[in-house]
Amino acid sequence: MAGKTAQSRLSRNRTRSAWLFLAPMLVTLFVVAAWPLGRTVWFSFTDASLDLISQARWVGIRNYLEWVDWGDGTGQYYGLLADPRWWRSVWNTVRFAVVSVSFETLFGLVIALVLNQSFRGRGLVRAAVLIPWAIPTIVSAKMWAWMMHDQFGILNDMFMRLGLISEPVAWTASPDTAMIAILIVDIWKTTPFMALLILAGLQMVPQDIYEAAKLDGVPPTRVFRKITLPLIMPAVLVAVVFRALDALRVFDIVYVLTPNTDATRTMSVYARENLFDFDQFAYGSAASTLLFLVIALITISFILATRMDLEGNTT
Amino acid sequence: MATVELINVSKSFGSVEVLRDINLSLEKGKFVVFVGPSGCGKSTLLRMIAGLEDITSGELRIDGQPMNEVLPAKRGIAMVFQSYALYPHMTVFENMSFGLEQAKLSKPEIEARVQDAAKMLQIEGLLDRKPKQLSGGQRQRVAIGRAITRDPRVFLFDEPLSNLDAALRVDTRLEIAALSERLPDTTMIYVTHDQVEAMTLADRIVVLNGGIVEQVGSPMDLYESPASEFVAGFIGSPRMNFLKGGVAEAHGAATYGIRPEHIALSDERGDWSGRVVLTERLGSDTFVHVEVKGVGPVNVRVEGRADFASGETVYLSPDPASVHLFDPQGRPVVRSVTP
Amino acid sequence: MKPGIWQRIGFYAIVIVIVTQAVFPFYYAILTSLEDGQALFEVNYLPKALNLTNYRAMLAEGVFGKQMLNSVFVASVVVVVSLFLAVTAAFALSRIRFRGRGLLLLTVLSVSMFPQIAVLSGLFEVIRFFGLFNSLWSLVFSYMIFTLPFTVWVLTTFMRNLPVEIEEAAIMDGASSLTIIRRVFLPLMWPAMVTTGLLAFIHAWNEFLFALTFTSTDSQRTVPVAIALVSGRSEFEIPWGNIMAASVIVTLPLVALVLIFQRRIVSGLTAGAVKG
Repeated sequence: MAGKTAQSRLSRNRTRSAWLFLAPMLVTLFVVAAWPLGRTVWFSFTDASLDLISQARWVGIRNYLEWVDWGDGTGQYYGLLADPRWWRSVWNTVRFAVVSVSFETLFGLVIALVLNQSFRGRGLVRAAVLIPWAIPTIVSAKMWAWMMHDQFGILNDMFMRLGLISEPVAWTASPDTAMIAILIVDIWKTTPFMALLILAGLQMVPQDIYEAAKLDGVPPTRVFRKITLPLIMPAVLVAVVFRALDALRVFDIVYVLTPNTDATRTMSVYARENLFDFDQFAYGSAASTLLFLVIALITISFILATRMDLEGNTT
Repeated sequence: MATVELINVSKSFGSVEVLRDINLSLEKGKFVVFVGPSGCGKSTLLRMIAGLEDITSGELRIDGQPMNEVLPAKRGIAMVFQSYALYPHMTVFENMSFGLEQAKLSKPEIEARVQDAAKMLQIEGLLDRKPKQLSGGQRQRVAIGRAITRDPRVFLFDEPLSNLDAALRVDTRLEIAALSERLPDTTMIYVTHDQVEAMTLADRIVVLNGGIVEQVGSPMDLYESPASEFVAGFIGSPRMNFLKGGVAEAHGAATYGIRPEHIALSDERGDWSGRVVLTERLGSDTFVHVEVKGVGPVNVRVEGRADFASGETVYLSPDPASVHLFDPQGRPVVRSVTP
Repeated sequence: MKPGIWQRIGFYAIVIVIVTQAVFPFYYAILTSLEDGQALFEVNYLPKALNLTNYRAMLAEGVFGKQMLNSVFVASVVVVVSLFLAVTAAFALSRIRFRGRGLLLLTVLSVSMFPQIAVLSGLFEVIRFFGLFNSLWSLVFSYMIFTLPFTVWVLTTFMRNLPVEIEEAAIMDGASSLTIIRRVFLPLMWPAMVTTGLLAFIHAWNEFLFALTFTSTDSQRTVPVAIALVSGRSEFEIPWGNIMAASVIVTLPLVALVLIFQRRIVSGLTAGAVKG
């Protein structure tokens, strides 16, 4: 009988065109993402150098960890995992991510709550809030570098007029304040993103819940803690994870604002330094690989934890 | 001659079988209605005929030709969707001509066909408008017009009235009936869950339930001799009374069925006595809900106005010729005439 | 319950703080860019001079104009290419059921989480292999890693919400998949295309790491890299006025875009992130 096939011509046609439609995108992503990633991991196990990439030879895990015996019974560990500068940059990155995301969440929440009120000029305020987000990271870094200039910077002037500091601070140059400078710029630049995501969450809370609470005479702070916060928590969590992943790979701000400082060197900066400035291509690749692993781990656990609906089956 | 034939057609989604061994032969030019509760597979069956859904096993033929492997546009069918599915960014004219354009018809031919269809549906004045600028009823006409331009052998309707309000629904129903009169060679297949639409429109009704065909027949066939307890309950409004226990057993059946309009109601004498629980007055009719002693709740339809107080005792007499008896599986039992 | 006067004053105080902190740095950059010579080294809160020397200096320097064009070229081509690749892919991912669809979408999404640094050395090799090093095409090519997953994701979610029946009507009308995309879906997708296109443009316009690594001469650089690499002979000779002028020039188009398309951008950002 003719109709015994499980799939008709229409479905087969559609499946075939699906792969045809996907092919250009998949090939592109393979060439720009999957293949380079694989090569990076491979380089991390070789002795590749910038000029002799193609002649890279397998050297095992030497770039990560190697015991060098000095022949007199003593010896020393070398490699990424034994490099205090690497661990310092890991610590810097984590510290940066935790602090920046916490403040961004807090400020983002405040701004979102304000924007969720209806008041005259709300549109203008929202537009103003978006400005930091629209400014290229490099430009914001430069703008703030100028504002934080130790001699001519307006920030020192402002703080001294307000009596917060007694003498000018070398914000970006001093190791004590370099991280703070980075954090200020990042928080300033990225809070709008956070605020928008949280605002979207707030606007999905049905209005009648608030009206019901009002009728029940629940005080506003309690409404916020018991109703608003739990309802927007999923949106906030997603925003936090997105931002955290972003913060863990921070590069631009640090590179421009505080170059060559141990106090702020992050994993990305460390990796690029080794790759292109110190001609330690293989070693830098190892650092890149580790950074990737950290981020992959967080991403996977996030996806598993939230069981994202990717098929779009539920409506 | 049959236009649409379904031979042992089944459909599964994964391991779930939604339609089982459907055998149907639909005559050319007839108005056929697929009716059943939601989830019975009626829409799936229609979509299989349209070609939007694969046929898992079995064969579909149109005019004797196997259709399983034929692309939807090449089957000689047209479909009117529940949401009309007009292309929002195209004018009415473009909506109606899009399919003809795909079929590579000449410009004058397209123009002529669209104008003909527009005239038939009295939407000539709307051809330059976008769907957004039309009322629900007008959109419905455009959707039908789009289908007509294709000059189909088989016309498919997927619950076309469910997005219209009650008043418009009746008007459109009449128009669809008129349309099928005007297209005597076109087979109409119409899916609905509303038995009133089925009864009023159909030449033949196909009652589906749980993925199988319960009964095929003319509206009055189904009303007068339902082939199962399900059909008996589904066709006819208000619903047939189903009584279990003593009354049924007395007739050697598991279920005793009697339609509300086949019971005579009197306040003096009758076969059963009971107390009025509730009266629903519709103006033209009155439905009296009676709790009959030893029988159970029975709904009676009385023509015109009837005033009964709740709690009042009344007497009921079912018309013995209109009793339907069913066995425990819901199949009809050979009727015994005495009440 | 009307809020009390103090509550309202407090609320507007917060509003003022929010607006000030958001706007002030950019305001100050504009202010600085209009100052010249000695005025630059005095802290001014209000505009004192309206001196276009810095702008003239930047624009007279031919290479800056070239760098602006580079940025425009790269960002525009990136938008066109990624939208083109993403529309067809999104159609397949949202409208056609096939095995492995969920996994595929997951893979695409996970690419957007890739730290750019993780592919840097591998990408460097690929770009050298194709002979694209120090060419603008190296940037167009490499930017696909972040624009493509994003555009595919947003367009897929958008297309998924287009009514199925419209597509089925087109199938009944005999339209092929390509015709459905071109004649039926594309006209309905302009809002989503504009949003994703804008976001991709902004992303590409702002990108720094790849642009820094894959170009090596001034004439091939994009503006962010150019600004980052401006330096003086000593700490005291950094031309802050010029840097601020350049910063304002690259930022103004973006700020304008963002303000004009505010709503679209907000909906695009949240669609990209919140929709899980």
